[in-house]
Amino acid sequence: MSVEQVPVPRTNGQTHRAGYDEETRARLSADAAAIKARYPQERSALLPMLHLVQSEDGYVSPRGIAFCAAELGLTTAEVSAVATFYTQYKRHPNGTYTVGVCTNTLCAIMGGDAIWEELSDHLGIGHDETTDDGAITLERVECNAACDYAPVVMVNWEFFDNQTPDSAVALADELTAGHPVTPTRGAHSVCTFKEMSRVLAGFGDGRADEGIGAGGPTLAGTVLAREQGWVAPPFPADAEASTKTPARGTRTTKAPAASHAPKPGGEQSSAERPATTPGDVSPARRTTKKQSDDAKES
Amino acid sequence: MATTLAPVLTDLWDKDRSWTLATYEDNGGYRGLRRALSLPAGDVVTMVKDSGLRGRGGAGFPTGMKWGFLPAPDGGPRYLVVNADESEPGTCKDIPLMLASPQHLIEGMIITSYAIGCHHAFVYVRGEVLHVYRRLLKSIEEAYAAGYLGKNILGSGFDLDITLHSGAGAYICGEETALLDSLEGLRGQPRLKPPFPAVAGLYARPTVVNNVESIASVPGIVVGGADWFKQMGTEKSTGHGLFSLSGHVTRPGQYEAPLGITLRELLDMAGGIREGHELKFWTPGGSSTPIFTAEHLDVPLDYESVGAAGSMLGTRALQIFDDTTSVVRAVTRWTEFYKHESCGKCTPCREGTYWLAQVLQRLEAGRGTSADIDLLLDLCDNILGRAFCALGDGATSPITSAIQYFREEFEAGTHTPADVLFPPERSSLFAYTPRRSGAQLAGVHA
Repeated sequence: MSVEQVPVPRTNGQTHRAGYDEETRARLSADAAAIKARYPQERSALLPMLHLVQSEDGYVSPRGIAFCAAELGLTTAEVSAVATFYTQYKRHPNGTYTVGVCTNTLCAIMGGDAIWEELSDHLGIGHDETTDDGAITLERVECNAACDYAPVVMVNWEFFDNQTPDSAVALADELTAGHPVTPTRGAHSVCTFKEMSRVLAGFGDGRADEGIGAGGPTLAGTVLAREQGWVAPPFPADAEASTKTPARGTRTTKAPAASHAPKPGGEQSSAERPATTPGDVSPARRTTKKQSDDAKES
Repeated sequence: MATTLAPVLTDLWDKDRSWTLATYEDNGGYRGLRRALSLPAGDVVTMVKDSGLRGRGGAGFPTGMKWGFLPAPDGGPRYLVVNADESEPGTCKDIPLMLASPQHLIEGMIITSYAIGCHHAFVYVRGEVLHVYRRLLKSIEEAYAAGYLGKNILGSGFDLDITLHSGAGAYICGEETALLDSLEGLRGQPRLKPPFPAVAGLYARPTVVNNVESIASVPGIVVGGADWFKQMGTEKSTGHGLFSLSGHVTRPGQYEAPLGITLRELLDMAGGIREGHELKFWTPGGSSTPIFTAEHLDVPLDYESVGAAGSMLGTRALQIFDDTTSVVRAVTRWTEFYKHESCGKCTPCREGTYWLAQVLQRLEAGRGTSADIDLLLDLCDNILGRAFCALGDGATSPITSAIQYFREEFEAGTHTPADVLFPPERSSLFAYTPRRSGAQLAGVHA
């Protein structure tokens, strides 16, 4: 199903035109040229260009799809195929703020489900729906890599940590009222969906130095190590300067100093062919049970 | 003496404006790059091989060996792509690292690029972390301005450009070949292997794909040497790693320790399970790793020991759940995640995750049948090892392991809803009164 066929009723003012006016198109083309210049091959520019389209139209509009297709020499079907694969590309006009409640397992159990219920009832909308005033699009989001701050709410992909139903409702009310809100870890205030999309297209907004470097849980280990005087082993060059006791680690036997990984080839060419099965690397991995974690391998 | 923490990457995180190049340099940053540039590239590869560093993104594949798989230079481009698409449920280490000290990653990328003969490197960061994107963009700009990137870096004659690339919301793009397709402007679906990225990766050129923490660990190895790194950890799981504690624990957060530390030791550091409760189950490395229980508190968290105990070290994402938690509810929600994130390329995963979710949803609602447990196991058997990539395999891990340890809870799902057996308000970190049953909440993506 193409974007054009999505049966979303459009109100006046949201009706798309056939394309951008000349001035807008020239501006977007200049941006697209800057994006394309980052890559050895132009097609790589498509994802950032879709963010760029969202920064202009607030969603991946039909004219935005046509623009990307024309810029990259693709068909609109090819662009739509990509746009519909990724959840951050919105297929109908997004609110000024995307409010995402993490309801993946850990956040859900720590209270994310309760936050979701409260917010959904309070705003009167469900997943991927937008309030009538266009302020908030509500989403259930998947794990956003802040589990140590659970339950987490994201507003335009800025972190609002350790939320409760009450704090989340208060946050939504501020957004509805048009007041600036401050993330726990992020810029001083949350920008709009369009402004955010422009940053994700690779155009900085000069706000990187705002906010903190790390929240409390991020620093839990660092703080504890300072309290206990725990340090990693000093670098050999620094060893004489160190007086603290380094972490001993847990290894019980010392590896031979001259242990070498296999080098079946010359410099930068250690194998005649790449490993094609785990067994190429280690006989111990020729197990019957398929290793299932190389999805995240890297 | 018990294992202690070993702050290496985290040692910088509490400094003032820790994310800036100035702070990084003031604390010893870019010594590794200077040393690397004074050595032949092959020596840097050897050093990382000798350190025993293994991929910190989950699979634990030796990093230096991965670099060594690149074919001999043929005059064409070779690429480094950093996998910063951290999305495995429970995993929350790379995002705070890039927020607090992105220069660790940038320096590691420059050293790695030098080692493998790459002149254009990429960071693929998930699109759902706006401020991390800002910090990375700024850190790359700062590195260019300081002469660490661009032409003739530090007078060495080595050239490197780094491109920051935002994803757009797709867990599958953490799979390295799906990531490459996504970076090429396609739907993020995994590629058939072989050829592996080392031979035909980005734009069909030799490519190394490494996790953020792996690359960020490289500068320290180059400064300290392989033997320094090997002082930490176990014989086969060397070095330091970020252990991310979350859930029903008194002080959740990031704890950087030698590999081989145990959950019991980490829980002691983190103040234990939340007051008045006991540990019920936990994941050693994200939701795709089979769950553990209290009987595994003393399993050394290294690749070999966790594997021998029936799970995988994964990303060291330790999600802790106490005795108030319904394992059926937890597993059902994870399964809905895999269903939502399945890319649709292969049938076992695309269809299988949908069936798994349906069966689990009725068990969570207390409307399961007596055959459902066997049905789940049969479905898992038809996915594990038969899916195109590891997403499908990972989807089966929580189910089969949870049935192994908590079969009676699944049996109870034939007559009693999970939220009756385990009222969700007892698990949450704040007091509230539920308005709907979990059965209604389940399956929102259906």
